[in-house]
Amino acid sequence: MLFRVEVGQRPDVRDVMGEKTARKIKNELGLAIGGVDLVRVFTLEGLDRDEAEALLAAHALHDPVLHVACLDPLPLSDPAPDFILEVAFRPGVTDNEGRTARETAALVLGLSPGRAEKAAVYTAAQYRLRGVADLDTARRIGRDLLANELIQRFEIKSAAQWRAEPGFAPRAARVTGQASDDVAAINLFAMDDDALAAFSRDNVLALSLVEMRAIRDHYADPAVAQARKSAGLPTLPTDAEIEVLAQTWSEHCKHKIFGATIDYQDREKGLRTSLTSLYKTCIQGSTADIRRELGEKDFCLSVFTDNAGVVRFTDTHHVCIKVETHNSPSALDPYGGALTGIVGVNRDPMGTGLGANLLCNTDVFCFASPFHQGELPPRLLHPRRVFEGVREGVEHGGNKSGIPTVNGSIVFDERYLGKPLVFCGTVGLLPVTVTGRPSHLKKARPGDAIVMTGGRIGKDGIHGATFSSEELHEGSPATAVQIGDPITQRKMYDFLMRARDMGLYSAITDNGAGGLSSSVGEMAQDSGGCDLDLSRAPLKYDGLRPWEVLLSEAQERMTLAVPKKHLKTFLDLAKEMDVLATELGAFTDSGVFFVRHGEKPVARLPMDFMHHGAPTMHLSAVWERPETAATAVPHVPAGEQGALLRRMLGRLNICSKDYVVRQYDHEVKGASVVKPMVGARRDGPSDAGVLRPVLSRPEGLVLSHGICPKYSDLDAYWMMANAIDEAVRNAVAVGADPDRMAGVDNFCWCDPVESEKTPDGRYKLAQLVRANLALAHFCRAYRLPCVSGKDSMKNDYTGGGHKISIPPTVLFTVMGYMPKAHTAVTSDFKTPGDLIYLLGSTAPECGGSEIAAEMGFTSSAVPHVDALAAAARYRALHAAIRAGLVTACHDLSDGGLGVALAEMAIGGRLGCEVDVALAPTAGLYCGPAAMTDVEMLYAESAGRLFVTVRPGNRAAFEARFAGQAAACLGRVTDTDAVLVARGERPLIREAVADLVLAFTKTLSW
Amino acid sequence: MPRVKTIVITGFGTNCEVESAFAATQAGSDVTDIAYFSDVTAGRTRLADYNLLIFPGGFLDGDDLGAAQAAALRWTHAKTRTGEAVIDQLKAFFEAGGLILGICNGFQLLVKIGLLPGLFGRYFVRELSLSNNDSGRFEDRWVTLAANPACPCVFTRGVSRIDLPVRHGEGKLIPNNQAVLDALWAENLVALQYADPATGLPTENYPENPNGSPMGIAGLTDPTGRILGLMPHPEAFNHPTNHPGWTRGETSVLGTVLLENGVAYLKSST
Repeated sequence: MLFRVEVGQRPDVRDVMGEKTARKIKNELGLAIGGVDLVRVFTLEGLDRDEAEALLAAHALHDPVLHVACLDPLPLSDPAPDFILEVAFRPGVTDNEGRTARETAALVLGLSPGRAEKAAVYTAAQYRLRGVADLDTARRIGRDLLANELIQRFEIKSAAQWRAEPGFAPRAARVTGQASDDVAAINLFAMDDDALAAFSRDNVLALSLVEMRAIRDHYADPAVAQARKSAGLPTLPTDAEIEVLAQTWSEHCKHKIFGATIDYQDREKGLRTSLTSLYKTCIQGSTADIRRELGEKDFCLSVFTDNAGVVRFTDTHHVCIKVETHNSPSALDPYGGALTGIVGVNRDPMGTGLGANLLCNTDVFCFASPFHQGELPPRLLHPRRVFEGVREGVEHGGNKSGIPTVNGSIVFDERYLGKPLVFCGTVGLLPVTVTGRPSHLKKARPGDAIVMTGGRIGKDGIHGATFSSEELHEGSPATAVQIGDPITQRKMYDFLMRARDMGLYSAITDNGAGGLSSSVGEMAQDSGGCDLDLSRAPLKYDGLRPWEVLLSEAQERMTLAVPKKHLKTFLDLAKEMDVLATELGAFTDSGVFFVRHGEKPVARLPMDFMHHGAPTMHLSAVWERPETAATAVPHVPAGEQGALLRRMLGRLNICSKDYVVRQYDHEVKGASVVKPMVGARRDGPSDAGVLRPVLSRPEGLVLSHGICPKYSDLDAYWMMANAIDEAVRNAVAVGADPDRMAGVDNFCWCDPVESEKTPDGRYKLAQLVRANLALAHFCRAYRLPCVSGKDSMKNDYTGGGHKISIPPTVLFTVMGYMPKAHTAVTSDFKTPGDLIYLLGSTAPECGGSEIAAEMGFTSSAVPHVDALAAAARYRALHAAIRAGLVTACHDLSDGGLGVALAEMAIGGRLGCEVDVALAPTAGLYCGPAAMTDVEMLYAESAGRLFVTVRPGNRAAFEARFAGQAAACLGRVTDTDAVLVARGERPLIREAVADLVLAFTKTLSW
Repeated sequence: MPRVKTIVITGFGTNCEVESAFAATQAGSDVTDIAYFSDVTAGRTRLADYNLLIFPGGFLDGDDLGAAQAAALRWTHAKTRTGEAVIDQLKAFFEAGGLILGICNGFQLLVKIGLLPGLFGRYFVRELSLSNNDSGRFEDRWVTLAANPACPCVFTRGVSRIDLPVRHGEGKLIPNNQAVLDALWAENLVALQYADPATGLPTENYPENPNGSPMGIAGLTDPTGRILGLMPHPEAFNHPTNHPGWTRGETSVLGTVLLENGVAYLKSST
């Protein structure tokens, strides 16, 4: 018997969340409705009526000061709603509140463990909609806003239907299925090439024909056959083995494109070369060279080997960093996808070395305009819905985990309609030693127990976001997207940190893509093999076959190697702290990845074949510079420059992101030094986040990033160069030491492999090659080692006759260091009279710029980066900051000089007088006279910063920049006006208050 | 002089335990331990061994069922391994003269357990709640607080005005009825109010009052003055560089002053 508890707001208490829902309906769907009453519904399973009543009497599911609760449908309010819409999860979808409600009910009722295990609570949200004209409108509100039918279902009743029969029938979102230990053998020997390709396609393995053949050939080897026979396995591969290989060799895990041999033709220069593995040469190779050059000053400890890259921080602590993307899941369910993204990347530092304490997050999103008009291609969600869902998912993931979001940005381009990009990064803090062992090293040893901790296993994420026909049934789990559970993970984290400090385990890693197959498979490389028993794995529900248990990507799980002598202590502590921990077998030195279900063999793969058996890809790339028809920069009369500046400040890529920033906790942990918004009214943008990771010490950690997809259409080489320069410059601007920075590269590409679907694959691959060449060149020039990175290669959408490929995008994150956090600098003007310096040269580089997009002209002049000059500039600036000569500093990026100046004035609520004719300019061809006013004000030349200096420090400051491109353009004033002139000619005169309004209004939701 | 022994309780989604313990140490606590709720039920930790108890901020149970609702029920119903009701330890701790500080989620917990406001000695009764901000949003921003000089709270002694960050989605005080609200004021249990930084006067205006709390109530004490619950985060202002205006020379007394006052009270008591 099921019981429904409805919990509504007390009539004398304002229904804030109902009002918020009504606002969302208006803002996101353009429907002005009369109002919403919000009712929470709890469906109780496995309890009797007395117990349900006891829960109400104990106020277990509601707060009597705020709510009324009832086992019958709550009466409708007056005026009555027109429609009642109820949204509930589909079976198998994580219902966090339902879990908490079940645990609370069990405690309050004193249920025995056996009964508690059988009881369940399912939650639903009931929206009582007033002022909705018809059923179609109510349906639209359900479908397009309140429910995502991939993971939720909704029901609607009109007021008349409700009066005739109040309430909805109780429903339990329970997964039904039969326990199974089936292992199938796959007859690859009977398949020809066509059949092999079809098998891969039909089973969503994403293995190429070459790879399918390699697998078949492996099994045809008589030695392999003999070994399998003696181990009790069929000669033919099992379903689990094929799935494990498909996962281990997938682009996601193996990064085959980055490892491919590429025939690269540069038709512009007439060069042709063969490149072996962009990853090994451009990324790993350049980092290795930089570390060699740094010699004794090398601060890297563990790069590209562990879940996160580890670098030295102080004599007591190391820091580690990882940035991931979660694009496809976020496209399907923005909230769940983004939540899982952030909670997922948290597990990377948690599983680095012996496990790091989580310190801070950084999040960067790429969306299409939330104001997108017009028809959406099939299956795509409106960008505003994506924006809001992702924002909220990351809010819940970060805030509920107690990790501050200290840095981030949002990039807008119409092509992200096809696939939004959701970058989530986490920094961790490691004590230098843990129980006497170096914390950044770990090794699973033969004989150590395989232990899984955290959540249970369901069909979650198997084969990622592919739709199987099974999902259409009522009782089958919705596996396409998952919803993260930050509290289950937090409890696991609390436990693991304690177990770490007690020295209870020898190695740890997270369960992400590929689940146990991947985590145990990786750790087994240390010991040389494993013996994994799937029958012991805790399941969410019956109905998983062994290969599904092995491959499930259910969240909130870590895998550990626990020495037998510590196993009991480890498991007891887990139980005490309410964390699920299960022994699943042992690591061995057998040389074999061996998996069984009880006594039944499931998979037996030689470690070497599993990890190194994938054939290398051979790809071809051809670079031809795209033709760009440059059009003239429109002339703007001086009287209209102010209005143009205001329009620029309101552009999506420039405007204030305060709306998002304030909803992210950016100072939990009490370490905050430079926050995302700075200045007199805390509404000026900062360049980077700064925090003091160890509260009792002065050292500062800096987190910044650069991302410039707008240049990819012109040349991905300069896109990469600008992203690196922007990240470095942002870090330097707040005070980071340019000689102690670590980089993280995250590539998001459209499919770069030429095929029928992708006829321009050779060009897209050439873009990838060029971005990697730039990464090698500019990281070397800045002596900036990369310590971690990731790529996501298939960010395309096809549907309804449309193909949308994202612009090739690299997020470059910089983690910096400053010996004294209290020397940090912010971007806001501080004091009238301060001198304003521009560092770096301006050239008429408007290609891909915000001004070109605003005014509708095109230019092929993509900004170039003069790394040698910039590096010298950054070092001089850093020395000036350390010497206390700098009162404010801000980088010039989107919107160039005009926008940066306005942002500093907004932050400081102070005016300024500036003469742009004094600005250093670059090269002979573009002397000051050759540049238009618009180019002077808005060109996006790299390497530039504004700095303010007290008049008394003028000589000392200028001495540090002798011989460099640097000039004093004017001063901060105590007026409220931003005055910009070019020589004698006034260009801009704008009140700071008007600039504030222009900057804040676009996203003031 | 009595020693100050601080216990900071965490687990089940609490997440400000480290900086809360750091702030207590900075404030002069002689011993500061971080303990999980499970340490209490396992009998590993006893509240009786301490005299300053901090419930730090965080997201107990993810705010499911309402902020700190499930945790309040856990404190009320959980038993230790030996069958002792955990709530009895908490009662005994308070009756023995201990100080209790609840910050943000910890304040929500105190209110939902009924340790606050303790009007007319009525403890462990829910007289008020903290619910959704009027904005309907979680918000992180700094606020200015005015302390009530007539309030008996030991933590706010000598403080008149302080800047602190708020980081919550459910911080608006909702009394069970108007009489409760009137009594809070009449009995001087309002310890801290959101104030307009320009005038220093309490305000109900957004965003200076970030959640719409009536009378700008940001923090409450009980009639003994030994309990303080507040939405803003004093432990997150443990260093001058935490202040959002520090690069502009703006400053305020550090948030740790509240703990210093608590420590001084315990050290001066006999």
